[in-house]
Amino acid sequence: MATVRLSDVRKSFGSVETIKGVDIEIGDGEFVVFVGPSGCGKSTLLRMIAGLEDITSGTVEIDGQVVNDIEPKDRGIAMVFQTYAIFPHMTVRENVAFGLTIKGAPKEEKERRVAEAARILQMEHLLDRRPSELSGGQRQRVAIGRAIVRDPKVFLFDEPLSNLDAALRMDMRMEIGKLHQSLKASMIYVTHDQVEAMTLADRIVVLKDGKVMQAGPPMDLYHEPANLFVAGFLGAPSMNFIPVNVDGVDGDHVTISSPSVDRMTVRGRGREFTVGQTATLGVRPQYIRAAAGTDGMLHGHVELTERLGSETVVDVALPTGGKIIAALPEDRILAHGSEASFEFDPSQAHLFPEVER
Amino acid sequence: MDRTLPASQRGSAMASRLTISNRAGWGFALPAFALITIFIILPFFFAFYLSLTNQRLISPNPTQFVGLENYRDLLGLSVITLGPERDENGAAVLNELGDLTYPRVRTVTRNPDFPQYRGMREWFRWRSGENARVVIASDVVFWKALANTLTFVFFIVPLQGGGALLLALLINQKLRGINFFRTIYFMPVVISIVVISLLWRFIYDGGDGLLNNILGALSFGLFPPVDWLGQPETALGSIIVMSAWQAVGFHMVIWLSGLQTISPTLYEVAAIEGASKWQTFRYVTWPGLRNTAVLVLIVITMQAFALFAQIDVMTNGGPLDSTQTLVFQAVERGYGKQDISGGSTISVLLFFIVLLISLTQRYLTRDRS
Repeated sequence: MATVRLSDVRKSFGSVETIKGVDIEIGDGEFVVFVGPSGCGKSTLLRMIAGLEDITSGTVEIDGQVVNDIEPKDRGIAMVFQTYAIFPHMTVRENVAFGLTIKGAPKEEKERRVAEAARILQMEHLLDRRPSELSGGQRQRVAIGRAIVRDPKVFLFDEPLSNLDAALRMDMRMEIGKLHQSLKASMIYVTHDQVEAMTLADRIVVLKDGKVMQAGPPMDLYHEPANLFVAGFLGAPSMNFIPVNVDGVDGDHVTISSPSVDRMTVRGRGREFTVGQTATLGVRPQYIRAAAGTDGMLHGHVELTERLGSETVVDVALPTGGKIIAALPEDRILAHGSEASFEFDPSQAHLFPEVER
Repeated sequence: MDRTLPASQRGSAMASRLTISNRAGWGFALPAFALITIFIILPFFFAFYLSLTNQRLISPNPTQFVGLENYRDLLGLSVITLGPERDENGAAVLNELGDLTYPRVRTVTRNPDFPQYRGMREWFRWRSGENARVVIASDVVFWKALANTLTFVFFIVPLQGGGALLLALLINQKLRGINFFRTIYFMPVVISIVVISLLWRFIYDGGDGLLNNILGALSFGLFPPVDWLGQPETALGSIIVMSAWQAVGFHMVIWLSGLQTISPTLYEVAAIEGASKWQTFRYVTWPGLRNTAVLVLIVITMQAFALFAQIDVMTNGGPLDSTQTLVFQAVERGYGKQDISGGSTISVLLFFIVLLISLTQRYLTRDRS
């Protein structure tokens, strides 16, 4: 267990800078998830912590020690890969014990530590099988076992569940969560799946184009997104964005209007707005309710309804050409093509000075 | 296709669609199929037939079926024991060097008391106590060719396979100008083996060859020139080295393709776990090359058994039959001596030897998991 500190970490491939100055601090025993769209640099960042990629500038510290020039094996890390990376010619036992074999550890120690890892992961019955006889989830469990046996200061997970099917992914997600609780080790987890990020993380780091967009506890990011990108990235379905005009600013109260939405006043949440500028109003689909008759603030006609039982997801085309998604609680029948009216609580809306590209 | 068919029938309907209704496909395959049949499959069975006859290349006499006589003539092998020559007192007669003397082998092979040894000649002998044990064969050249071929295979497989793997590991790196080395190592493969054999004849030349010059220069003239291809002790070794060099590039490319199928992530795991270079090779690279290794092993073995061109150009089987090989003998007999049935017999034997060795290799290298 240890802390990890990244200070102004940068990475260039030739003249292209992919990591553009990242500062992150990871506390002892903390579970931090790097999340972002593909190409945002999250995997590169993780590989730099692991020592599989050079650090162009800045420093990475593990447990207070700068590890920029330290070999991966001496950094006290263990890594779990998306493709499992277990050896097909070895049994599960041999795979889990691989690091100990490399070190030339005595047989009893191997047996003991493999047994312990197998017990933690509940895979004692798999030890004598070969990877070809295992399911994807079991293979990933073997890879995690190999990481546990290393007894690392920091666990690194590089999209470990991306190759699994949906049902298995949920099971393994819970297992990884439990593993963190029982080992109490520092873990850094990379994923592009915001559900994994939301459910597993003590703290989420949202990355985009090699920069940190926002870092903090999942619910902080969900309820108080720092910018348009974070707002749109976390939460499913994504937050609705509606372009609006700023008509008046009174302290933190901003009055907005738009052809699509009735005039209203929302909180600026400390952001700077000037009268006359264009801004973006963000409303989560879950906070949109169906209004009685035509009393709502939003009007449009229903393009598509997806009835999931627990909620109904409605695509609504706005008369001005935009589109919003409403996630209405419980099963509802809204006829395709019918006119509908919706409302939401302005205090649950977000206003961003940026405009969506 | 009827959707209500049970799965098993749907499967067979699928199969028949592939095999019968695909006329264009079969049309495209036909030329190659015909050529392979005419030049490989038919001659293969024809050789079996010829090896059971006394067919000659050109002969006024009708062909006769002789059963397994050709095989008996080739494979006849015996060990005879010769006692030393003794004087009238029973003491062994020594020659002027003080060695025991033995009766000539022909006193046995031409003795009407031993009709089973008729026509056989000495292959080699060794001493056993006072007695000499002599291996006699009805076709000594064939046995020498077989022994040479096996020797060639025995040395070329590790030399060529191992050398190629070493080169593949070297060129499987991201270095500036690595393509230059890839080209250089692969070059001998695309040059005709005849041209290469001629060039190496100059290199191995006993008087003023390149190899003798280099060795002489490196040893400041202390190394006496060797007629590499002109001595029974060095001729086969010289051909082994030259053959290994020639085809090493080909197998290097096969190894290289095998190396590139190994997931880079496995190497990263090895790096994180702290594996040394050797451990990485032992636990990651070599197991990942398993199937490639089987392929390389079998291909080299088969190619080695077919050794012909180098012999034909460089030594013609000499000196003293020290570089005779099975294929060279098959051609020499079939066309040189117009003994088509004899040549066919060698070919058939070669086929069974290669088949046996390949099956053994397949068995020994089978996937046990």
